[in-house]
Amino acid sequence: MRDAPGTRDYDWWLIAILVAICTLGVLEIYSATYGSALAGMHTRQIRWLAVGFILMFVISRLDYHLILDQAWILYLVGVLALVAVLLVGHRRFGAQRWIPIMGESLQVSELLKLIIIIWLARFFAEVRTDELSLRDLIKAGLLVGLPLVLILKQPDLGTALVLVPLLVIGAFLGGLQWQHAAIFSLAGVLLVGSVFYPPVSKHLLKPYQRERITSFLHPEEDAKGAGYQLLQSKIAVGSGGFWGKGFRNGSQNQLGYIPVRYSDFIMSAWAEEQGFKGVLLALGLYMALLLRLVQNAQRAKDRAGMFLVMGVAAALGFHVLVNVAMVIGAMPVTGIPLPLMSYGGSATLFVFLAIGLVMNVRLRRFVN
Amino acid sequence: MSYWFRNDNRLPQGRLAVVSYVIVGMIGVLLIGFWKLQVIDSDKYAQWAERNRVRSIPVIAPRGRMLDRDGRVLVDNYPSFSVLLLRDDPALVMKHLPAIAEGLGVPINDLADQLDSARNLPKFQPIVIKPEATKGDVAFIESHRSDIPLLEMLMVHRRRYLPGAFMAHASGYVGEVSEQQIEASDGRLRPGDFAGKSGLEREYNDLLQGTDGMRRVIVNSIGKEVDRLPTQEAIPGKQIQLTIDYDLQQVAETSLGQRPGAVVALDPHTGEVLAMVSRPTPDPNDFAIRISAKEWKDLNEDPLHPLLNRAIQAQLAPGSVFKIITATAMLEDHVPSESFTTFCPGYGMFFGRQYHCWVYYAKSGAKSHGVTNLHEAILKSCDVFFYTVGIRLGIDRLSYYGSKLGVGHKTGIDLPSEEAGLMPSPEWVERVLHRKWYPGEVISVATGQGAVTTTPLQLARIIGGIASGGVFKQPHLLKDAQNVGEERFPISEPTIEKITDAMYGVVNEPGGTGGHLKLTGIELSGKSGTAQVIGYDTRSRVGKQKKFEDNAWFVGYAPKRDPEICVAVLVQESGQHGGEAAGPVVRDVIKAYYEKRSKKREGQYTADVNQSGAGSNGSAVSGEPKRVLKPEQAVVGVPVKATSGDRQ
Repeated sequence: MRDAPGTRDYDWWLIAILVAICTLGVLEIYSATYGSALAGMHTRQIRWLAVGFILMFVISRLDYHLILDQAWILYLVGVLALVAVLLVGHRRFGAQRWIPIMGESLQVSELLKLIIIIWLARFFAEVRTDELSLRDLIKAGLLVGLPLVLILKQPDLGTALVLVPLLVIGAFLGGLQWQHAAIFSLAGVLLVGSVFYPPVSKHLLKPYQRERITSFLHPEEDAKGAGYQLLQSKIAVGSGGFWGKGFRNGSQNQLGYIPVRYSDFIMSAWAEEQGFKGVLLALGLYMALLLRLVQNAQRAKDRAGMFLVMGVAAALGFHVLVNVAMVIGAMPVTGIPLPLMSYGGSATLFVFLAIGLVMNVRLRRFVN
Repeated sequence: MSYWFRNDNRLPQGRLAVVSYVIVGMIGVLLIGFWKLQVIDSDKYAQWAERNRVRSIPVIAPRGRMLDRDGRVLVDNYPSFSVLLLRDDPALVMKHLPAIAEGLGVPINDLADQLDSARNLPKFQPIVIKPEATKGDVAFIESHRSDIPLLEMLMVHRRRYLPGAFMAHASGYVGEVSEQQIEASDGRLRPGDFAGKSGLEREYNDLLQGTDGMRRVIVNSIGKEVDRLPTQEAIPGKQIQLTIDYDLQQVAETSLGQRPGAVVALDPHTGEVLAMVSRPTPDPNDFAIRISAKEWKDLNEDPLHPLLNRAIQAQLAPGSVFKIITATAMLEDHVPSESFTTFCPGYGMFFGRQYHCWVYYAKSGAKSHGVTNLHEAILKSCDVFFYTVGIRLGIDRLSYYGSKLGVGHKTGIDLPSEEAGLMPSPEWVERVLHRKWYPGEVISVATGQGAVTTTPLQLARIIGGIASGGVFKQPHLLKDAQNVGEERFPISEPTIEKITDAMYGVVNEPGGTGGHLKLTGIELSGKSGTAQVIGYDTRSRVGKQKKFEDNAWFVGYAPKRDPEICVAVLVQESGQHGGEAAGPVVRDVIKAYYEKRSKKREGQYTADVNQSGAGSNGSAVSGEPKRVLKPEQAVVGVPVKATSGDRQ
């Protein structure tokens, strides 16, 4: 067993796509915060990206089988950390999501996404049958459900929701049977439907979550309240037109009409200044990234590697979908950032650690 | 290495391919969403973004000034600030309304009402919520820019009229436009805008009113101004020069004092109005800011009708002044012949009834006029003579001449709401009153009583026109008036000679009703009139009451032929004879006219163009002008009625 893959085994295409997306992000953060109190944020983002790249290479060197060996321990640590956050974590933006580590506040739930990806890869790799039994499916569901509920308690609806596609993609690739899929889809539809149905959502959601959903359904009703963000984001995107207003030239962006324009709504700022052509470039890059991940999964050496890569793909894909749909007003505000473009330490590190796992799998596809 | 992953390379390639398709589909759907926003609906969102970004604040154009004929400023502007409320965001407005109401000291209900009345306007148009900002208001707005980003200061130009309601009825006043005016203006006017409401302000509003500009600023999401766009400059209104002579106007105002009535001074050669006064009068400076509904109602319901411009709107019996028309008819038609005389014993019997001559009730002297011809009858204003002439002429001839000379027709002066007066005729009586004409009515008409009514301006035009040989110029107030109308009614030379000689005699011959008005070196001529509000006989029945007092008239001019100036004066309910009450006002104005003319000829007169009449009144300049004209203040100086209870 050879454990020293060469540099040419790295997925340089994937790295090129990453660098390209990050560049767009840094440029737009620069533009969005230029001349404001937040100016200089892009350099901090570059620092996070540098740390991210280093972490990615570090994690790619460590055989993923060794990581998967520790899946249950990681799972337990993750769940305990969530409990710790609920008990000691300090409040920020009205939610307990952060615990101070090494001078920086880290969002535990970001780390937890990674742990669940690893744990699910291990879980489904251990399933020997071609078809996923109902027993295994329920078992996986319950074990993902526990941290999900803990994250909802923080409350952090966005991160909690990310766990769902991880489970779905794992189950799907793990041999999910059509009849089970049908039953669970129906349950899912009922759950989502009830969230949008006030008499039921009253018992399920927190007031601010209900408000977000209401404002998503009727954004124009209350232009400076909760619907304001979505409406301003749509105005920014729409007013950008096909060609965009130009770098540092978006009025919605520069005058602060776009909410958190350097982070969750960075796509809105990008779309305003770069127009549809810029959106085409950005979404094209994201599609290339996701398809490249799938390709890596297809060439993985074993099922464990494949699940690991596809877990990462599912998490990133879901982030892109929910965030971009929110920017164009097609989904309510959930607080999910756009991977690699949005400003943010924890979120950026999560993406690079996840991509590191993918690299890890790729590096070992010929190793025996 | 653990056992769990060994030999497990069965990859679900099919399902992985499905995931690829899902990814492509997902990106595709998102792109469709962007396409819809950025390409299909792009224009709509671009507009919204622009509306977010750009705040438009009107730049009010100053109204044109009004100058007198010598270039002296009669009506001016002064800068002031209004508080604007930006209403783009109703939720934010509702949230801050209580704080705004308290900060500006405006009742919150008033604010709500104003918002309500502007509900049909585009939301991005700000409205004026306080027309006259105090220093405290400015401080409040500036210090709350960040937490109440809804208020703006708007520089406006307030109208400043000369103090003491100088020329107030002629100049008129401006006020906030009504909803009807806004609708009729095709978007030129907005709520809170000012426009001329009466007088010259209204007549020449289109000239005086400029075109407002627009200051466009870029604001950020918290309403802070971050940049400016090119300003669309306001185009100031045009300045107009009036025919009014400040000096004569001043004399006319002072001479009439606070007595209810009117003064009109005309140049019969040109139709130029040299002075125009009406009393009582509100101060138009009080309308220059904002007048409350109640104050407005009080003004309108004031029994003295201070808003009425008596010079052009008071339709009253002209009394003996009308005898000039009767005399013209008599001489022109030779009915009866010019040598006709009557004997006046103080009364006459007509149609089986006794009609008294005014001399019968005179306070002193003989109670009769004796034998009089036309000249003496005009001089002494003998009623019996004109009763007889009236009967001889008949109503048809009288009403023909009255109508031809202008009674019952508007003069066409450039002021809104002029009244026409009335020249009665048998047809009119049948059409309007649905009864037959009584032959005896001609007796009243021939002496300017009964249904005949005229305005002061009309009388000035008629008497001035007759003295000018039957040339009637359209009276006007705009100096550069184009196409001044002219009516000619041919009157024979001998007739004019006889009538003007008689009117000269009224002032300059012994026994004339205006004998006390004589001015040396000036051929002052004229005719007095004392119009009864009720008949002599009724009066003796109801007793002496102020509201039944006679209206005193005097229409005078100089020189005796082809006059340069003609002045009509009305003093209402004075209880005095026309020559006594109104005559001195005419004399004062004509005297001032000649004094000014001779000074000018000798080069001694220079109009002080920079006269600061407007500025000298402190209350008009300060930031907090006086606001309300109380009804009781309006009648100060009128020594009548206010305290006596007999009006009820």
